[in-house]
Amino acid sequence: MIPPAFEYARPETVEEAVRLLAEAGDEAKVLAGGQSLLPLLRLRLAFPELVVDVGRIPGLRGVREDGDTLVIGALTTHHEVIRDPLVRRHAGLLAAATATVADPAVRHRGTLGGSLAHADPAGDLPAVVLALDGELVAAGPEGRRTVPAREFFVDYLQSALSPDELLIEIRVPKADGWGFHYEKFHRVAQSWAIVGVAALVRREDGRIAEARVGLTNMGATPLRASAAETALAGADGPDPVRRAASGAAEGTRPGQDASASPEYRAHLARVLTERAVLTAAGMG
Amino acid sequence: MTHITVNVDGTTYEDDVEPRLLLAHYLRDRLGLTGTPIGCDTSNCGACTVELDGASAKSCSVLAVQADGCAVTTVQGLARNGELTALQRAFHEQHGLQCGYCTPGMIMAARDLLRENPHPTSDEVRHALEGNLCRCTGYQNIVRAVLAASGQQDGSGPADRTRDASGQQVTEEVTA
Ligand SMILES: Cc1cc2nc3c(=O)[nH]c(=O)nc-3n(C[C@H](O)[C@H](O)[C@H](O)COP(=O)(O)OP(=O)(O)OC[C@H]3O[C@@H](n4cnc5c(N)ncnc54)[C@H](O)[C@@H]3O)c2cc1C
Ligand code: FES
Ligand code: FES
Repeated sequence: MIPPAFEYARPETVEEAVRLLAEAGDEAKVLAGGQSLLPLLRLRLAFPELVVDVGRIPGLRGVREDGDTLVIGALTTHHEVIRDPLVRRHAGLLAAATATVADPAVRHRGTLGGSLAHADPAGDLPAVVLALDGELVAAGPEGRRTVPAREFFVDYLQSALSPDELLIEIRVPKADGWGFHYEKFHRVAQSWAIVGVAALVRREDGRIAEARVGLTNMGATPLRASAAETALAGADGPDPVRRAASGAAEGTRPGQDASASPEYRAHLARVLTERAVLTAAGMG
Repeated sequence: MTHITVNVDGTTYEDDVEPRLLLAHYLRDRLGLTGTPIGCDTSNCGACTVELDGASAKSCSVLAVQADGCAVTTVQGLARNGELTALQRAFHEQHGLQCGYCTPGMIMAARDLLRENPHPTSDEVRHALEGNLCRCTGYQNIVRAVLAASGQQDGSGPADRTRDASGQQVTEEVTA
């Protein structure tokens, strides 16, 4: 279908973008890669009066180091994330999960910032940034603020960003030495996760010293499998990992749709957590 | 109206367009380049795939105003003096199409793959084309055509990559 009519602006600085957003109130939409927004417009599920195209603002694209932290510009595309040497070295989980997103053409345009701001619990990258203990930096009329991933995803398709804020960068602590794996369960190529599990594991003396597990599509927001994470500490082989993973769905509220019932999703969360952790720990 | 300048298949166009105009509609309805079809409303089918500044993009999911200042290549810009490219010829020779609706998108997506990976395995071809749907062929001859264009004439390709535990293949492999 043809999208509804809207005004279009292409600001050249973050400040100009924020000013345009603030003036428009609730009526504006940020356009980054457009790979979620364009389908919504075509299906007439969104009716912005103003589309603010931030795609060409310089400085919001690319990856740099800041001590023990990796700083990824919000406009860095999925394609760039997958190939970036710094991401691969220090946040391999993000590169691996991003390689499962959509298809090559969508990955050329879709951005990390857009995936997070969209706050779709079925998206793969929110749970990954949550597992990485990332932080999101937003720019607004009052300046910049940093929001931990744990507080960023508020509800279904709702982030902590206010309508006049722009997500500008994503900061993730370097996960050097951590094993990782993203286990995505979906029915056909290019489709969204029915459930996905992002696992990070630090090993000491052949045991799991610490584990972090992010869950995709197990509720209205991405979640951490906290009970399983606690139980995984000290696990020294496949049996203890399986027992710990049996708590992966605790505290989650998975939804019902054409692909899966809540019970089936809970089952998937347990099985995929076991697989993801075993692979991440090199025990699989 | 927003003023745009776009180079399409080597010709530069200047136009005033409504911001909501999709690049696919601009190509088809304004420039008459109907070689790029539209097959869906959900950005899933890939029929509309073109190259935008050298990388594949679904032209139904890009606004014409976003292409301002960019170079677009459509399937109609590939042949030189009526001479098909090796990839186009391979689709013809390997029977990589039936109705042909998906073919422009398949060719543009396959070009993208062959640029990065000139000798793909058949699994890599399948993964590279995961954003392109075909209702007719069952994909077999499409994969064969891409392999043939990469110089792998028997169309079987090198050994397949291993699958991970979920049975899902990891093409853009990233390991610890
Ligand atoms: C066929 C298809 C399959 C897909 N499959 C998957 C999949 O398997 N897994 C997956 O995770 N994703 C999938 N996606 C979504 C894809 O990853 C999108 O790229 C991503 O969700 C949005 O990124 P974008 O840059 O395109 O954002 P846009 O579409 O431009 O924006 C999305 C939303 O975020 C807001 N926004 C964007 N950037 C900012 C910013 N910097 N600051 C504030 N707000 C912002 C916009 O206003 C909008 O509301 C798929 C998309 C398609 C079309
Ligand atoms: S028309 Fe289907 S993806 Fe563009
Ligand atoms: S040949 Fe008919 S859709 Fe592919």
